Amino acid sequence: MPGLGLLLLVSLVCGVGLGAAGIGWADVFRFLWAGLTGGTVPATDAAAYTIVWEIRLPRAVLGAVVGAGLATVGVAVQAMVRNALADPFVLGISSGATVGANAVILLGAFAGLGVWALSVSAFASALAATALVYAVARSPHGLTPLRLILTGTALAYGFEAVTTVMVFGAARGEAARSAMMWLLGSLGGATWARVPLAAVTVAAGWAWLRRRAEPLNALAMGDETSAALGVQPARLRRELFLVTAAVTGTVVAVSGAIGFVGLMVPHVVRILVGADHRRVLAVAPLAGAVLLVWADLLSRLLLAPAELPVGVITAVVGVPAFLLLMRRGGYAFGGR
Amino acid sequence: MRLDIEDVTVEAAGTRLVEDVRIAVDSGAFVGLVGPNGSGKSTLLRCVYRALRPAGGAVRLDGDDLHAMAPRAAARELAALPQESSAEFDFTVAEVVAMGRLPHRNRTSAEDRAVCARAMARTGVAHLAGRGFLALSGGEKQRVLIARALAQRPRVLVLDEPTNHLDIAHQLDVLALVRGSGLTVLAALHDLNLAAAHCDLLYVIDGGRIVASGPPHDVLRPALLAEVFGVRAHPVRHPETGTVQLLFDLLPPAT
Repeated sequence: MPGLGLLLLVSLVCGVGLGAAGIGWADVFRFLWAGLTGGTVPATDAAAYTIVWEIRLPRAVLGAVVGAGLATVGVAVQAMVRNALADPFVLGISSGATVGANAVILLGAFAGLGVWALSVSAFASALAATALVYAVARSPHGLTPLRLILTGTALAYGFEAVTTVMVFGAARGEAARSAMMWLLGSLGGATWARVPLAAVTVAAGWAWLRRRAEPLNALAMGDETSAALGVQPARLRRELFLVTAAVTGTVVAVSGAIGFVGLMVPHVVRILVGADHRRVLAVAPLAGAVLLVWADLLSRLLLAPAELPVGVITAVVGVPAFLLLMRRGGYAFGGR
Repeated sequence: MRLDIEDVTVEAAGTRLVEDVRIAVDSGAFVGLVGPNGSGKSTLLRCVYRALRPAGGAVRLDGDDLHAMAPRAAARELAALPQESSAEFDFTVAEVVAMGRLPHRNRTSAEDRAVCARAMARTGVAHLAGRGFLALSGGEKQRVLIARALAQRPRVLVLDEPTNHLDIAHQLDVLALVRGSGLTVLAALHDLNLAAAHCDLLYVIDGGRIVASGPPHDVLRPALLAEVFGVRAHPVRHPETGTVQLLFDLLPPAT
């Protein structure tokens, strides 16, 4: 745990120090120090300082926040629907957010909101998608796992169809590119302004889930087992749905739909520390943060100065790593 | 602690699954619930371990309404082995047993470890502590689930067909373990001979209603078994132990 925290710190520093513009490490640390202590830098360093403090650092921090959020939500959603294949996007929330984001990118919706239009529209449509999935998935027995997955998956196809129609109908050159970037997820739009709300939401969601680590264990065993242990499964699942939707919506609003992290990090963490949510929830956000900071770094270094979508890197690096870990044996997910 | 099911009725989608059921389990008694498939056994037990809320009637622990209690408070008094077997997450045996501590507040991890270690020792699963629960045999799994129930430190234990899918030695083993716990027990059982041998009292449920109750050999009469289970039963005396066993045939088709 402390090791992982240290690794995250090192990753953040690397995320700030490395990039297309070659800035020496001494300068990087000088700028960081100036930024942290409110010091000043000579006017000749202004451009380099801006790159370090206003572009790379918020991007690395936002990457850590988004990675932590996706990993945490992935853990919670897998327990909520008791399915090892679930991820933060299985409930259709990210597809809903994508509709809103592309309405802004491609159709110029909410132009009056200026630079906030994309995030606001993405979050608003994520909420709308959440409400729709909730309303459809409800039954007299509460939100049953299979109903949630089926509803989320079915509605996700619908949202994706809407997005596709928009892309085909309206995309021209750069707009099509940024729509594509959004579909695959990117931290390219990171600014300090985007960090606080995302960080607070992810931290609050994580803290809420940590306090429910034991009920999550029970829920993972089954609804009847939960009831016999004094957990109210229907109520817990309802709360989980709302909390995971809020975190997913916020994360997707600032970074698009970055795949793989929310699906695989929970499994990697379980391979390493076991299935007990008390440990999984302690480790998963750190692991997700480290993974995404490095994936984002690679996405801007590999073809610099061009950028790859970060989702491509998480997949290219993450898939072999995950398969190796899984092959190492001893891990039974989804039964034996 | 005594368990009383008082006039419990359960409805789902307008159908009555269980109707006006009364069952009394004395403190420390082992009471069996038998009945054909679909007779309402599991539904009734779900009401007892609070996975379902009855439409009418009450379940009482020493007179207190179980469904009016806080969920965790109820789980400190009553533990259950439901029939479900989810297999999505690879918990270790120790982790599964530790779940039994969930209802208890203000506890220390040292206390948790001690209680769990005692529960695992009593059920003979201590050597499995680090193993994956999913990889265990059926008999080992049931022992681990009993250990989890004991880790709850309850006074009442509810079991839904605890001997399902077990070979005969493990069936006897599980029931002996439950019997030896000294808890107040209500168990749904499929095997009538097994039920007769282990239970102090039997309740027969059919179509959601209790149709007979009493000491096993008063209840399991050929006429009742023909009516409820549709079988012809022959009581025979075991040549060595002298206990009465039932042999079964299908009833001849009515002409």
